[in-house]
Amino acid sequence: MASGVKPRVKVPKKAAAGEAITIKTLISHKMESGQRKDKSGNVIPRSIINRFTAEFNGQSVVDVTLEPAISTNPYFEFEATVPEAGDFKFTWYDDDGDVYESTKSVKIG
Amino acid sequence: MDFTRRETLALGAGAALMTILPFRANAAVEDVIAEFTGGAAVADGGVDLTAPEIAENGNTVPVSVEAAGASAIMLLAAGNPTPGVATFNFGPLAATQAASTRIRLAGTQDVIAIAKLADGSFARASKTVKVTIGGCGG
Amino acid sequence: MKIKALTAVTLLLAAPMAMAGGADDDTLVINEELEMVTKTAAPAHMENVDEIMSGWHFRSDETQALQMDDFDNPGMIFVDQGMDVWNTAEGSEGKACADCHGDPADSMAGVAATYPKWNDASEEVRTLQMQINGCRTERMGAEAYKYDAGTAINVEAMITSHSRGMPVNVAIDGPAEAMWEEGKELYYTRTGQLELSCANCHEDNYGNYIRADHLSQGQINGFPTYRLKNAKLNGVHSRFKGCVRDTRAETYSPGSAEFVALELYVKSRANGLSVEGPSVRN
Repeated sequence: MASGVKPRVKVPKKAAAGEAITIKTLISHKMESGQRKDKSGNVIPRSIINRFTAEFNGQSVVDVTLEPAISTNPYFEFEATVPEAGDFKFTWYDDDGDVYESTKSVKIG
Repeated sequence: MDFTRRETLALGAGAALMTILPFRANAAVEDVIAEFTGGAAVADGGVDLTAPEIAENGNTVPVSVEAAGASAIMLLAAGNPTPGVATFNFGPLAATQAASTRIRLAGTQDVIAIAKLADGSFARASKTVKVTIGGCGG
Repeated sequence: MKIKALTAVTLLLAAPMAMAGGADDDTLVINEELEMVTKTAAPAHMENVDEIMSGWHFRSDETQALQMDDFDNPGMIFVDQGMDVWNTAEGSEGKACADCHGDPADSMAGVAATYPKWNDASEEVRTLQMQINGCRTERMGAEAYKYDAGTAINVEAMITSHSRGMPVNVAIDGPAEAMWEEGKELYYTRTGQLELSCANCHEDNYGNYIRADHLSQGQINGFPTYRLKNAKLNGVHSRFKGCVRDTRAETYSPGSAEFVALELYVKSRANGLSVEGPSVRN
């Protein structure tokens, strides 16, 4: 699944110190549930993103465990507090061991 | 085989129930909840769950959960082959203990949110989502 | 009594589905700035419909919302992937789309609104995908994409996204007219064991239910379309194929002359509606 996986993240470029901001994330991924069968009747093995984390300057915003019931192209929306200027780091963990990362900087102003 | 009037009514009532009742509540749901709560009591209220009353397609159903001060919220779909959907663990920089995502529902069923609140107690909310069947396979 | 009993059951089963049908009156604004024309007067060539409407109006509020913000729209993931392809050199000439066409936000603005259209050099009506493949085989020395295959749709969606909000405006006269007439004939021809034409569902019965689903006018101004059903972008010809198959007929293939003609005709029925691709539907 390493090919074609593409994270998208929406984070404001600027925030006031201590402001709550809305973050949206989306990653292209099939999220193969392990419940489906192929044309010859064999179960297609599960292959999903099983964990997603959002951190700001090393501190956790949210840490999500995903199950196969999360839709294809997993989407999350949540709110984070920005205490100072710094970097958001978003990480998606794939069943196959791959890790996808995206970083966004936020200025204070 | 002929039906009497009474049988007809019973059949009709049964069919009506079939359309109203969600998928059979499954024992796995209670097990997953017990694992999350460590067997503690779960109160109603204290967690908000937003989901559409009718989903146009079970493949992508938007849902939101919120529980002020919660450290974690677990989301379950009681009628799916496996009930787990996601668990949100909120860190110190979560501005609200709220999240939205999109989930798969195998059919009309209850979606359940269990929150672990700031005081360590547990709260529950649930909502029935009707999943419609599309007209054309496309 | 048997038949009556079954009828009673059927009625009870049907009852919960008896919701109001039809198009709503919501307004489609994307990213809080791009207002779309989703209802307007039908073009003069349409004889049986007064007002044309985007399929967006026939969807639930939740599905509608997915198209109102580019971030919420999962189709935009594939637009990003199409952009990667745009910038990647391929073929014996070592050229990328960008080498000739630069920034698609400038060079491709308005392009999708006019396709399918007549191509003088090849003396044929070309869909946007055919034009992309023309570039690939004639200028890049690269292989043509399979019609409606993933990469082709991604590039088509990326190009189309730069026409969003512009009115569909395909030419139906001049050298394209003969093909347009063919498309019109196909639109009104009943096919399959069910003996249904496009018009039977999308002209005679839009707003009514087909099982638990609204029938739209079958407008294609929103293609490529991200469908919740299969969680990917879908091409117009693949949709046509699905529809024809549902009439229980042998279908034409994506990329066939018949579907090119049908695309030209059906797209001309959207003349005046905004280009929406990539839209989101169920």
